[in-house]
Amino acid sequence: MTAVIEVTGLTKRYGGQAVVDGISFHVDKGEIFGILGPNGAGKTTAIECLEGLRKRDEGQVRILGLDPKADGHRLHQRIGVQLQETQLQDRLKVREALELYASFYPDPADWRELLDRWGLAGKAGTSFGKLSGGQKQRLFIALALVGNPQVVFLDELTAGLDPGARRATWDLISQVRASGVTVVLVSHFMDEVEELCDRVAILERGRIAALDTPAGLVDSAGGEYRVRFRPVVPLDEQSLAGLPGVVAVTRRGAQVDVTGTGDFVSAVTAELARGQVLVADLRIEGRSLDSAYVALTGQTMEAGT
Amino acid sequence: MNGFSRLALIEAKLFLREKAALIGVFGLPVALVLGFGLIPGFSDPQKGLSDQIGTEFIAAVGVAVILGSLGFTGVPMVLGQYRERGVLRRLGVTPVRPLTLLLADMTVWAAAAVLSVAVVVAVVRFAFHVPAPVTPGWFILSVLLGIAAMFMVGLFAAAVAPTARSAAGIGWALFFPNMFLAGVYFPSEEMSATMRQVGNFTPLGSALHAVRDSWMGIDPRPEYLGIMAAWALVAGVLAARFFRWEQA
Repeated sequence: MTAVIEVTGLTKRYGGQAVVDGISFHVDKGEIFGILGPNGAGKTTAIECLEGLRKRDEGQVRILGLDPKADGHRLHQRIGVQLQETQLQDRLKVREALELYASFYPDPADWRELLDRWGLAGKAGTSFGKLSGGQKQRLFIALALVGNPQVVFLDELTAGLDPGARRATWDLISQVRASGVTVVLVSHFMDEVEELCDRVAILERGRIAALDTPAGLVDSAGGEYRVRFRPVVPLDEQSLAGLPGVVAVTRRGAQVDVTGTGDFVSAVTAELARGQVLVADLRIEGRSLDSAYVALTGQTMEAGT
Repeated sequence: MNGFSRLALIEAKLFLREKAALIGVFGLPVALVLGFGLIPGFSDPQKGLSDQIGTEFIAAVGVAVILGSLGFTGVPMVLGQYRERGVLRRLGVTPVRPLTLLLADMTVWAAAAVLSVAVVVAVVRFAFHVPAPVTPGWFILSVLLGIAAMFMVGLFAAAVAPTARSAAGIGWALFFPNMFLAGVYFPSEEMSATMRQVGNFTPLGSALHAVRDSWMGIDPRPEYLGIMAAWALVAGVLAARFFRWEQA
């Protein structure tokens, strides 16, 4: 794997206050890399330093071997960016916007195909000001891709999209990655990051609080899984207590709770099968990135400024 | 085509889609000269206007108003919006720089101003037999310097205004006193010497004088041209120094 993005000690200050405080990470070719964190954690500032929109105060940044500070123009030919909270000219038509932005790049994508893929074909002649929030968002994603970029930065990808459109967008982003494009995704949605990202940096007050795969973050946050079921036939709980990985077995009325770590769930189900114990209402309560996030940062997403 | 010409083409299209802008830039000046031109006896030289034909004076006022409305109000309003809406920021992450959009816009609006001036000249020529400017070279130079002066002042307003709304506000706050001092509401011949002197130093005032003179065949006084050039230079340098590309 070759690193497409290398960030070392990136720092950005406003009024003496470090909004991004010495963060380091790398992103490999073809990865979807997530930057997760509450509002005000410095996510947007950090990637805007990568995009060349802001000048970092300290640290090293290389994207496709280029320094966004010194080589902005060459970098902008090879990256695509979807910014948060931008608008286009109200009277600019969808077709015109895509055609215009395509013309800026040396080797653009076919904007007609992007129109189709992002469900905007029926809106080609519609003015930007008349689009719905979701349509605007899809246009901005299409504009980020129109230059055939090698790296795409997406800031709050699914803001303003309804649940169906979110899922469709995730599928399309997976396809974008499948074509070899590296994706950096800024988000404050757990489900989005968990679904899409290969690795995630959790940003908190300008620093990286954790960086791992979504599953790795969940594991490192510790905690246990719990299996709950209601045995239909008598069950000797002690037969479960000795299984590898099982931490505790408790019974509450008709319900048995088994907590454990690692792959204890298969051991439990195998033991139940061996003892021909039929169970009802079997549920496995896994840990999610949500709970891992709380465990790692000591706060919920809604916290922060 | 490069980024500049593509942006200029698109911005020209967008300009043509703004009905209000079209009425302001092309409709109002024509309505002004038609309205005054139909006043009986106004096509004769007027004593109170240094013997200028009344309709010709109004046409010169129309020309000055075209330049002032586009430069003082149009430039800051649209550029303030482009900054506030993030249009400039979005261009900042493409291979085309946001400055290119500024230049493309100003070129389109300058072309609109020149076209509208030509329409006014043609209307008074054919409707009221007002002769075309007697010294066309001076006339064209005066119009172009007027465009440069007022567009740069407008650009400076866009540069320092914190929001799109305030940019438009500053524009109007520049436009009305300029019209007043320049002698748009009542001719400078009726002003006190001091007021006339102050008016001469405004961008709109120097433009109106230079346009009036060249229309009558008088070489415009060098100070009018110099004042316009100075406004263009100073406001342009300050705008370049202070322009912010994104909303704070």
